[in-house]
Amino acid sequence: MTTRMRRFGLYALLALVGVTMVGPLYWLFTSSLKQSGDIYTFPPVWWPGDLRWGNYAEAWRAAPFGQFYLNSLITTGSGALLEVANAVLTAYAFVFLRFPAKRVLFAALLGALMVPGHVTLLANYLTVADLGWINTYQGIVIPGAASAFGAFLLRQHMLTIPIEIIEAARADGAGHLRILFRVVLPLSRPMLITVAIVSLVSKWNDFIWPLIVTNTETMRTLPVGLLMLKDADGYVNWGSVMAATVFVVLPVLAVFFVAQRQIVAGLTQGAVKG
Amino acid sequence: MSDPTVAGRGRPVPTAGDTARRSVARTRRGRRLREYALFLAFVAPNFLLIGVFSYWPVVYNAYLSLTEWDMIAPVKRFVGLDNYVDLFTGNEFVDVLGTTAYFMVGVVGGSLVLGLAVAVLLNQRLRGRGLVRTMVFAPHVLSGAAIGLAWLFIFDPNYGLSRFLFELVGATSPAWLTDSDWALPAIMIVYLWKNVGFCAIVYLAGLQNLPRDLYESAALDGAGAWRIFRRITLPLLSPVTFFLVVTTIISSFQAFDVIAVMTDGGPGGATTILSWYVYDKGFIAFQAGPAAAGAVVMFAILLAVTLLQTRYLERKVHYR
Repeated sequence: MTTRMRRFGLYALLALVGVTMVGPLYWLFTSSLKQSGDIYTFPPVWWPGDLRWGNYAEAWRAAPFGQFYLNSLITTGSGALLEVANAVLTAYAFVFLRFPAKRVLFAALLGALMVPGHVTLLANYLTVADLGWINTYQGIVIPGAASAFGAFLLRQHMLTIPIEIIEAARADGAGHLRILFRVVLPLSRPMLITVAIVSLVSKWNDFIWPLIVTNTETMRTLPVGLLMLKDADGYVNWGSVMAATVFVVLPVLAVFFVAQRQIVAGLTQGAVKG
Repeated sequence: MSDPTVAGRGRPVPTAGDTARRSVARTRRGRRLREYALFLAFVAPNFLLIGVFSYWPVVYNAYLSLTEWDMIAPVKRFVGLDNYVDLFTGNEFVDVLGTTAYFMVGVVGGSLVLGLAVAVLLNQRLRGRGLVRTMVFAPHVLSGAAIGLAWLFIFDPNYGLSRFLFELVGATSPAWLTDSDWALPAIMIVYLWKNVGFCAIVYLAGLQNLPRDLYESAALDGAGAWRIFRRITLPLLSPVTFFLVVTTIISSFQAFDVIAVMTDGGPGGATTILSWYVYDKGFIAFQAGPAAAGAVVMFAILLAVTLLQTRYLERKVHYR
């Protein structure tokens, strides 16, 4: 009896946790489909009586969301590509190539992890301005194209590749580039995907840097574009504002449900096995 | 020895007249130099970027903190430590530090306690826990700007879910974001919601890594569940806790997007934490000096926290 009650209690708790975490997202999605009559009523309407897809069209027109989408795709894609390339090359060099003072360089690489983004904001803005990159794609992308954590994760992974495999490839006359692309990268695939997805997600969500470094509507990325729906007296048309929010959230949610394992692995790396 | 190219590292000693061996030595040296060059070519882009956009800004920012500058004038006026003196003698910045501390303790403490509770729950053999685990972690990967908007609507005192929940228990919903007593708690709720899943997942991994035999022997000794939790689980999880404390402190220090969408640091500075202050002083008020000084203070705090972590982790490795 008591164990049964205990189990019931646990399930109730589990449901409560699930509802609390998903509730706001449910509210976001359903509100994005509500008529304004359903939005401005109390008590709240849990399911829109009449789905209003027009909110999406309205949001799309309220600001140049097509342009925002394009900007986000370009900066996220190229930024993640560069970051992963840097991670791969750096990791390979540190594991498979000789160089004096490797330890010092490695420490310098990890040291970059200790510099928080907000501290570099002002100085990086000035550097980018000096380069003439304000309001450009390279201005958004390049400062975030370095990889310290990704390079570290990949290095840790590459260290586990048996040396015999590399030596066999070398005996067959393979050069370093060949070994990198034909042997090391295929063997590092799970970690490579992890690094890539985490990079994509964080760049897609990046807010403060694109906010600072762009100054015209046509260069805004999606998260920054959301701010443009704000009137002088706050946000007005909640239906279309929620629809616009869905534009931003949906791709990441989709990636998350497909690649959950990879994302969790990337974000929690180093936590438990220390 | 992680270096697989180490084979043949011994330096050959050429004997007089042994030209064959000498040329082998020469090609070996050539190969080594080519490897050095390749190493440099591989790491150069990354290190260049890190140098320009991570290390240099720290130096440049420190210099800016010693100047008075409106971000436009061609000349930066050197004022020494004046900016720091101003920060710590005026009320504004001290208030900002207080708000930051309140925010940080609330978010870090709340995420850890709730995260652990959720992790313990998810560690039970229950149907549907996989689904809930996914649900719990999802908010963590979403754009802060977007979820800030979603919550803005929830906190609407007239039409929002908040009013519904408060009236459910017979209370009146506060005006949240326009009330200076409630605005910061509102922001904290959003960040808590975003962070709990992360802490829960990390704790869950920690729980699943704990040695079973310890629990079995403790149960044999007749220890109760709560006692086992306090005496065994919590201490064994302490490295995980420490990791989470550090990472959540760092991320809560960088909290920005939700504030930008929901409150702009207001009302009346109620939600101005350090990160917002740096942005506001630099990019709204165009006062590079105070903004940079604020960033230096932030850097100092975070550096202390991170160094503490490295220290601790090294010690932990030592014990093994």
